[in-house]
Amino acid sequence: MAGVSVVRPASWPLRLAWAAFALYLAYALSHLELTPARFLAGLEFGQKFLAKLFPPDFQRWELLLKGLKESLEMAILASALGVVVSLPVSLLAARNLMPGWVTWPARMLMVVCRSFHPVIVAILFVKAVGFGALAGILALTVASLGFLGKLFAEAIEEISLKQVEAIRSTGAPFMSVITYGVLPQVHARFIGFSSYELDANLRNSTLVGIVGAGGIGGTLFAAFQRFDYDFVCAIILSIIAMIVAGEVLTNAVKRVFRA
Amino acid sequence: MTPATVAGREWRRFTPAERFARFTVYFTIVAAIVLSVRTVEVIPEFIADAPEQIADLFRRMWPPDFAYYPLEIHPALLDSMHIATVGTVLGIAMALPLGFLAARNVTPFAWINWIARLVLIAARSVNTLVFALFFVAVFGPGPLAGTLAIAFHSIGFLGRLFSEALEVSSAGPVEALGAAGAPWPSIVVYGYWPQVAPAFWALALFRWDINVRESIVLGLVGAGGIGMVLDNALNLFQWTRVAMVLVAILAVVVVAEVIVTYIRNRII
Repeated sequence: MAGVSVVRPASWPLRLAWAAFALYLAYALSHLELTPARFLAGLEFGQKFLAKLFPPDFQRWELLLKGLKESLEMAILASALGVVVSLPVSLLAARNLMPGWVTWPARMLMVVCRSFHPVIVAILFVKAVGFGALAGILALTVASLGFLGKLFAEAIEEISLKQVEAIRSTGAPFMSVITYGVLPQVHARFIGFSSYELDANLRNSTLVGIVGAGGIGGTLFAAFQRFDYDFVCAIILSIIAMIVAGEVLTNAVKRVFRA
Repeated sequence: MTPATVAGREWRRFTPAERFARFTVYFTIVAAIVLSVRTVEVIPEFIADAPEQIADLFRRMWPPDFAYYPLEIHPALLDSMHIATVGTVLGIAMALPLGFLAARNVTPFAWINWIARLVLIAARSVNTLVFALFFVAVFGPGPLAGTLAIAFHSIGFLGRLFSEALEVSSAGPVEALGAAGAPWPSIVVYGYWPQVAPAFWALALFRWDINVRESIVLGLVGAGGIGMVLDNALNLFQWTRVAMVLVAILAVVVVAEVIVTYIRNRII
């Protein structure tokens, strides 16, 4: 960032704020109950733990592959559903197209969806629709609606209204205004946002299994509870590989549509 | 290009290669969705039943148990806030040196750059919850595990974006300081820091906002905070208490976002 930063003289309120923050930090640190004895014991445990993690044990690769496949499927379906749901909601939330009484509820819905971590939403869906991939898909869809809806709405608010007006002036119905006036302007950005969301969903789909919502997370949590640490290591390494591969793939997609 | 050939030409927005690439992407997306729908293990009866079940869940949650808030939710919520804040500060402390090491223009040794980048990628790829499982196994359950989990996962995000900000900083002030014979700490403090400070504060605030959300789930694996209260209420099927916890979480997250927006507008 080659911006110019203005050096301001430190003011007393600012100094006081920093002092207060330092005091707060000291207080919060004391809350952690970190004693030297505990720290040393932890270091020892940590060493044993790391020793047990390696070498990774890929013997149960079938179980591993099944979990990864389910996570991948959940991420794909949740992203697709998320895009389908986010499109109408973001159109409703765009302040340059809709009156205020429509944008408010749409924005509130997105804020609520965004506020809860996917794992918390997943717990609720597990209670509602039972264990398994369905709960995970629904939870990730809710999270996607929160983020995609916001990004989509912001992109729509930045479009040029000239084209919208031109199409409206020909007497085109509302849907045609959207398909020919709005969507062509935001198409490339929407693809970029959607592939970003697929990335995020892929990460979270490996987590929601911890609360029983399908995917590799359940296998990981079970291995942790059985102290099966070399299998844990294998699972974590595979998750990292899948996430990095997903990132490479989505970057390629973004390159195709950057034109 | 003469006018005659222009008139006879068929105009297309994209080259054949571009069109092929786009078609490939669309085709892959459709194929992936179709394959997923066909192979994912979802019981159709559950889908049909879902709306009714969700409605039932909300009915059981109403009304939220407000009396429960001062008893257990409030202290746990404060714990979550402590975890998020201290975790972010610790994360910053570890991410700053890594960011300097990963930036190619600050550290001119390629092998150091690569090691630093590898650490950052690893920290980013392992989720906070997985770090939490790890630290709970090492330090036992409690906020300490949660704080360390937040700190270690934040390193990846903060370090990477900070090193990117450093890499696009202008070389002019740095060279001027070097020519004046300044030692390297002075170059860092007076050459690089003023250029990246706004980006740094924006990143730190943004990460704190994310960490507030993440600190809330940590309790589910025993790493302290509001998540533990939520887990207890869920396991005992005390739905009105669950609802109260959710309301409290929503309030905290929204307030955190407002604070971040306010500070960002003030200092950046």
